Amino acid sequence: MNIILNNQSYEVPDGLTVLEAARRCGVYIPSLCYHPKTGPAGKCRACVVEIEGLRGLQTACTVRVRDGMKVFSNTERVLQAQRLVIDLLLSSGEHDCLSCEQNGVCELQQAAYFLGIERPTFRIERDRADDRSAEFIDRDPARCIACGRCVAGCNSTVVNEVLDFGFRAGETAVIVDDDLPMGASSCVQCGECVQLCPTGALTDKKARGLGRAWELEKVNTTCPYCGVGCQVTLHVDRARNRVVRVTGREVSPNQGMLCVKGRYAYEFPSSDKRLKYPMIKKDGQHVRVSWDEALDYTASRIKTIIDQHGPDTFSAFGSGRITNENNYAIQKFTRAVIGTNNVDHCART
Amino acid sequence: MTNSIEELQDAKVLFVIGSNTTEAHPVISYYMKRAVKRGATLVVSDPRKTDLTRWATLHVQHKVGTDIAYINGLIHEIFKNGWAREDFLRECTENPDVIREGVRDYPVEKASEICGVPVETMRRVARILGEAESTSLCYTLGITEHICGTDNVKTLANLQMVLGNLGKPAAGVNPLRGQNNVQGACDMGALPNVFHNYQPVNNPELSAKIAKAWGVPSLPQKPGYTMPTMLRKALDGGTKILYCVGDNTVQTEPHMAHTIKELEALEFFVVCDIFDNLTTPYADVIFPDTAWGEEDGTFTNSERRVQRVRRALTPPGEARSHWWVMQELGKRLGKDLGFTSANAVWEDMRKSATSCAGITWERIESLGLQWPCPTLEHPGTTFLHRDGRFTRGKGLFSVTKWIPQAEPPDAEYPLVLSTGRRLWHYHSGTQTRNSKGFENIFGEELLEISPADAAALGIRNGDRVRATSRRGSIELTAWVTDRSAPGVVWCAFHFAEVCANVLTIDKFDSVTETAEYKACAIRVEKIGDGQPLGAGISRQARP
Repeated sequence: MNIILNNQSYEVPDGLTVLEAARRCGVYIPSLCYHPKTGPAGKCRACVVEIEGLRGLQTACTVRVRDGMKVFSNTERVLQAQRLVIDLLLSSGEHDCLSCEQNGVCELQQAAYFLGIERPTFRIERDRADDRSAEFIDRDPARCIACGRCVAGCNSTVVNEVLDFGFRAGETAVIVDDDLPMGASSCVQCGECVQLCPTGALTDKKARGLGRAWELEKVNTTCPYCGVGCQVTLHVDRARNRVVRVTGREVSPNQGMLCVKGRYAYEFPSSDKRLKYPMIKKDGQHVRVSWDEALDYTASRIKTIIDQHGPDTFSAFGSGRITNENNYAIQKFTRAVIGTNNVDHCART
Repeated sequence: MTNSIEELQDAKVLFVIGSNTTEAHPVISYYMKRAVKRGATLVVSDPRKTDLTRWATLHVQHKVGTDIAYINGLIHEIFKNGWAREDFLRECTENPDVIREGVRDYPVEKASEICGVPVETMRRVARILGEAESTSLCYTLGITEHICGTDNVKTLANLQMVLGNLGKPAAGVNPLRGQNNVQGACDMGALPNVFHNYQPVNNPELSAKIAKAWGVPSLPQKPGYTMPTMLRKALDGGTKILYCVGDNTVQTEPHMAHTIKELEALEFFVVCDIFDNLTTPYADVIFPDTAWGEEDGTFTNSERRVQRVRRALTPPGEARSHWWVMQELGKRLGKDLGFTSANAVWEDMRKSATSCAGITWERIESLGLQWPCPTLEHPGTTFLHRDGRFTRGKGLFSVTKWIPQAEPPDAEYPLVLSTGRRLWHYHSGTQTRNSKGFENIFGEELLEISPADAAALGIRNGDRVRATSRRGSIELTAWVTDRSAPGVVWCAFHFAEVCANVLTIDKFDSVTETAEYKACAIRVEKIGDGQPLGAGISRQARP
């Protein structure tokens, strides 16, 4: 179908909301409470637009496009309304970007930048203390805009049912269980809320201070734990050769969701306890040797033993932990070089 | 898995057996819980009260190791009430009368005596499954880690065939794989009886085809040994060399003391790994391996999806990818394997592949593909056996009979020990215990024991206890919890210093040689007072 957005004509598929259609057309409309995974909420009103034939301003995240619909997201009336929404949100919290982990990827910051808001006009006093009690997730309620994405994610996406809204009106706040510190709650630290949070209200504790979003290189890979094969993005500090943060990719099979291990158990490659050099046992001690020495020694021992006792005295373990390519290499080596089918792995245990 | 992970959220009925999904496969549990929120009926059958049972319509606590009796009882009841899908049986299976006859010995009354589930509950489960439009069945190692693991799986397959729950979405028989690439290791031929893509080594035609692709005159056609046999043969000289990659054998095989004896008997033992662990001290040679995040390649997940892994970090010191080690050793033993890069290894595999032949790294650059994917144009396969057309033609029923566990409890060792994984750690702990924060959340292994057993033994929550089997003993802290049914205690194998596999029994399924990790007999005694574990202890999966 055809829509006219800011006097430009676009072809868009049926069934989209105005916000989704605008995003698809590359037109930015500020929005905070909407996330593709948690759906339209119509809560924050940052995405208000004018739609010809409809009275008043409409939230772009809740109105579905119709053929020939005329939408304006850039009139002064629209921008003023959006500006007030964002201004009030900025006024009602401590949105200090200087050392905020979300700086550069914050959706509130992006909206303020787009609307040209330099500093909040109002000052709304609210007393909300940080919650740094959990092992992996920091909560900074002063940066919360009560958009509800984390609550929707916790209850509908990962169905851990830990986060909720508590209190009323101006005091409305996201609470953990019955308003417990997160570290004392039933939260399993899956981090879906962090991934969905548009601001710096929920952040990865371990990544704090370890690199700005734009300094980190993003590498897509697969989680190394269970057999679900969650798709993840590693945020890598190349200079220090370490992973700083892991986020879930919004694709199959996990649609962005992860568990506590997949999201937070990522430092082991950088452990100083890693095995770094080939070693041979000499007089009961493992001694560092060169690769050539280790390989020559191993090849000669294998050759001596199988020449004398036959190839079936050789056995190899592949592994459910290593890549397909490495497993294939092991079976080919065992079968084609040694000449035995004695290759197996931990699948049966 | 015959079906795909995301289909689980569309299931009308979910039957989960022998799977602590919320802890071992959390992301799959999210989809299961979403299905429940949409109105699905969830039946969890597990001797333990896992976190998933909080969302279950029905939690059935059958006794450890009685799966065959329990499921056969359900099948019996399904036939009796005319809930079997006769059209599916007629058109898609070869021998429906065999199963009709085969479950005759398991009326619910008799099955109930064996599995300890009340007759009325069994009838209720049978009705839920029987009247469901379709049921998605998921299982994990609670089914396979028994001496009758193969028959357990066959029994579950029988159930789903009787109900016609194969060859359609949100149904099927779905083993949830425990490791990132255990599916891939199988697919790539790290198995004694098949090459990559399950091409049997004893098929002369296939053997010749692969010998040609690999540039060797011939390949051995006698199937090799399984892992437990390889180890067992170390003691009689049948195995002299063990080449072990990415496997902490001492900590993860059952009966640790025996495993150590087997490794010590080897003439030459090579270990390739990323950390020192309980196994490396026995190695004659250690090769430092690249870790996850340090090399390019692919993993294949539970739903047969081949997905990319990528190099993001420089490996430490001189750690190398294992395919490179194989190439170098091959050269020294007179054979150039042709491995110049990980991608070259994959392409080498593809040349003689079948179900993965259509998958290239280029095609899976942004999203993985599910095999079977035989050609470059093939879109991949989300669920197997479409419309009840099985790979072998028609579905085949095998009759199964319940047998008791290898080591039933007795007066001396009166409790059953079952083992598994926790949310906060992974396998032998080398990854999670070398990542920050996990030790703070869960820093020591706990023995889960039911309030009834604990009271009888004078054990309070947090006391120090000794658990002893015929094979060894460990000392740890008791967690008195109704997660354990009376008579069953439970602990994990993540902690090298207090490892369940000191106790577990080295008795194996006769076909797969999977060990009975889920059941051995132990006794527990209190050895000291301890601090009571925190109040939040039984919340979700928390300690």
